[in-house]
Amino acid sequence: MTNAIYMDANATTLSCAAAQAALDAALRMAGNPSSVHRFGRAARALVDRARVQVARLAGATPENVIFVSGGTEANNLALAGRGERPLIVSGIEHDSVLKPAQLAGARVLRVQRNGQVDVDDLAIALRETGRPAFVSIMLANNETGVIQPVREAADLVHENGGLLHCDASQAPGRIALDIGELGADLLSLSAHKMGGVLGAGALVLKNEIAIDPMLIGGGQEKFRRAGTENAPAIAAFGAAAEEARTNGHAERLSALRDRLEARLADLDIAIIGGGAPRLPNTACVAVAGKSSETLVMALDLAGFAVSAGSACSSGKARPSHVVLAMGYDEEVARSAIRISLGWWNSESEIDLLAARLADLAGRRVHILPDMQPAA
Amino acid sequence: MKGVYEMSSLQEMKIAADGQNRPKTPIYLDYQATTPTDPRVVEAMLPYFTTHFGNPHSRNHSFGWEAEQGVEKARAQVASIIGADEKEIIFTSGATESNNLAIKGVAHFYKGKKNHVITVVTEHKCVLDSCRHLELEGFEVTYLPVQQNGLIDLEKLKAAIRPDTCIVSVMAVNNEIGVIQPLAEIGKICRAAKVYFHTDAAQAVGKIPLNVEEMNIDMMSISGHKLYGPKGVGALYVRRKPRVRLEALIHGGGQERGMRSGTLPTPLCVGLGEACAIAQREMGAEAERLKALRDRFYDKIREQLPEVYLNGDLESRIPGNLNLSFAYVEGEGLMMGIKDLAVSSGSACTSASLEPSYVLRALGVEEELAHTSLRIGLGRFTTEQDVDYAVEHIVQSVQRLRSMSPLWEMAQEGIDIKSIQWAEH
Amino acid sequence: MAYSEKLIEHYENPRNVGTLDKGDTSVGTGLVGAPACGDVMKLQIKVGPDGRIEDAKFKTFGCGSAIASSSLATEWVKGKTLDEAEQIKNTMIAQHLSLPPVKIHCSVLAEDAIKAAIRDYREKHGNRPAEQAAE
Repeated sequence: MTNAIYMDANATTLSCAAAQAALDAALRMAGNPSSVHRFGRAARALVDRARVQVARLAGATPENVIFVSGGTEANNLALAGRGERPLIVSGIEHDSVLKPAQLAGARVLRVQRNGQVDVDDLAIALRETGRPAFVSIMLANNETGVIQPVREAADLVHENGGLLHCDASQAPGRIALDIGELGADLLSLSAHKMGGVLGAGALVLKNEIAIDPMLIGGGQEKFRRAGTENAPAIAAFGAAAEEARTNGHAERLSALRDRLEARLADLDIAIIGGGAPRLPNTACVAVAGKSSETLVMALDLAGFAVSAGSACSSGKARPSHVVLAMGYDEEVARSAIRISLGWWNSESEIDLLAARLADLAGRRVHILPDMQPAA
Repeated sequence: MKGVYEMSSLQEMKIAADGQNRPKTPIYLDYQATTPTDPRVVEAMLPYFTTHFGNPHSRNHSFGWEAEQGVEKARAQVASIIGADEKEIIFTSGATESNNLAIKGVAHFYKGKKNHVITVVTEHKCVLDSCRHLELEGFEVTYLPVQQNGLIDLEKLKAAIRPDTCIVSVMAVNNEIGVIQPLAEIGKICRAAKVYFHTDAAQAVGKIPLNVEEMNIDMMSISGHKLYGPKGVGALYVRRKPRVRLEALIHGGGQERGMRSGTLPTPLCVGLGEACAIAQREMGAEAERLKALRDRFYDKIREQLPEVYLNGDLESRIPGNLNLSFAYVEGEGLMMGIKDLAVSSGSACTSASLEPSYVLRALGVEEELAHTSLRIGLGRFTTEQDVDYAVEHIVQSVQRLRSMSPLWEMAQEGIDIKSIQWAEH
Repeated sequence: MAYSEKLIEHYENPRNVGTLDKGDTSVGTGLVGAPACGDVMKLQIKVGPDGRIEDAKFKTFGCGSAIASSSLATEWVKGKTLDEAEQIKNTMIAQHLSLPPVKIHCSVLAEDAIKAAIRDYREKHGNRPAEQAAE
């Protein structure tokens, strides 16, 4: 896709140069990190180095980094480790937290209109359970970019003697990240959301706590996650983590995002979550009277890749559960599109998108049946 | 063939250009631990890291569609090599996950109705550990023994199947000794008994012909990095007719027909697909080439060294594997003597432990002999020169270590080692 | 697992490989370990008239660490009295060769082998002090 403009960074980012270089070198090596010969040791060295880099990104120690296949597995693994603790999650979590939480009969926390989880409701929920709970609240929402009051929540959870898990997949390179300062006990990271590549993620622990493994077998990751380590993707993950930690793009991204929102100010739109602290790169926009599905498709035909809701949904038109949880009605939830920017985007691209959006918002969007891609 | 080694020696030349000595290339003979990614596979993957980098589940823009197309093509390639339908392929993070998903997934689905599982003592750790986990949950597990050649006794399998058996899990090819289980016969028995047949085919796909229809296989685990594809990806074949029911391990976005949530790693899926396509094309000729190399290796060793024993059946065996016991020479000590050869003693996953291989023990290989075994894995980039060099160094090293071995000395003096009262330690 | 240079050097150029005559009254033989456990060490000492160990030989079935530990042990016992040789501790061997934690047992075995050889020698001589025994 050489001619299209990619503005869907929260679905997946481009991989950064450092990650690509690390990947490229690692792909050309033989060696199973568990083998004792030099090929194995070389692969092990890649994994160990990345472990240090990811630990640094999260403000944790290397032995508390568990490499997994991605953010979804990290979230599932975190929740699987709750033991007998009752589970409490926010209503705007990613499906990889919400779905296992639903299966476990979790208490779901209310969300305020501004997109932040209601900490008072957390206090109520903790009182109601009466015993130490396992709470999962994301650091920044993937659809709205709204940053959650994780520290405040953590203090409440810890007063109650419980554990806090935080899905921080969207944070690296965009906002500060430190497991200690956040007060989280477990933290999920996804490599391909921070300039790494698909196929790696991590569950990071603040202190060593017992983890109930989902995959068992070879004893890798100190018996917390079996399976041959994906050394190339992990090496790229490490490089991307280093890049995100030392060379974030927050200022540039927020300037771009603010520029976009300013250009859209005259239209009949709502910026969902606009009143709360947000990720610098994310704009969640509802255009009055336009379904997100139509709008996203029209934008794609015009050469802009943005998304409606989260990319993991099955493709069926579904109102955003995040926007619904914020108390908006179904119509708004069906019209919210997400524009999420990356370091590769430029001011001129923003201006092109703003112009096109204004165009589309001003008139009814027609898409002929034969222009729709096959599902 | 242009091998990965050519490519890595390019990197070494860069090091040399920086004023350092070009390191002597060690020879990789550990193809059952992992295989180098075929350069053609890397080439196929790279565009999906950069140009077609979209999230394959982004249904609303072309970046997503391109990624999705890559994934679906790969799915068809994986299906093709095992004679399956592409709708029956679930991508996972690797064979460990596939095995965990197949065994725990089916058992959890039938919990309460069918509480019995059958597997084999020589399975990969991740199958055995999944079964142990099920035992803790209240399932009953039958661990079938193997015969001295490493193969199961089909009569024992028949006898083990019960009305409440929900799954039989028998690996296609053993990772340590390379023996091929009689899959078609096992499939026939399981189908007749209406029990699901799962096979861990991580070491088999691309090495031997496999067909899920002809072999009546209901589930099959596939690994990317064991067939010259990338690490971090694998697949589970799940039959649709008759439909296999299983409970997911990883929940979330509902990808992979709800059986495996998580964003699909497009480049890795593409790599696995390409690896399958290459293997399917080249399998026949490659198997012959490897068998010739393997025979050359084994013959030369036997010509020069007495008291070398092959572990596992020679006939029902993949061509790229030798597992040899060099009596009176401890395997780890031997590995240190052949530093230029990357081989393994026991399975890579457990090699940090000092226990002798449980697979060899299951064949009835005595512990003292199990300690002397090496697994030699030959593969796509192994050459005749590699084999000759390796044989020469192994022979030298074994001879040197035997001359230093008190056990060899006793054997030469005619002392029966078993007659000695050895101290426990 | 990275091994120290000293360890590798002992593995590649082991000192004092060989066998002394077990029947010789001046020779003490220690055979420790078990084939089923993956390591066996045979360490022999020859005690001179002055009660000092004038020669030592070993043969080992085992990993590189076991071979290096026994090689080092033969080097260290030479020239020592039996009482002095008994003072060699596994920790000294482990430290000298920088053995990784999973290989500490090799140094334990080497210490056991020295002790076993000394015990054998003493038993041959009715457990008299070495100086008298050597006479």
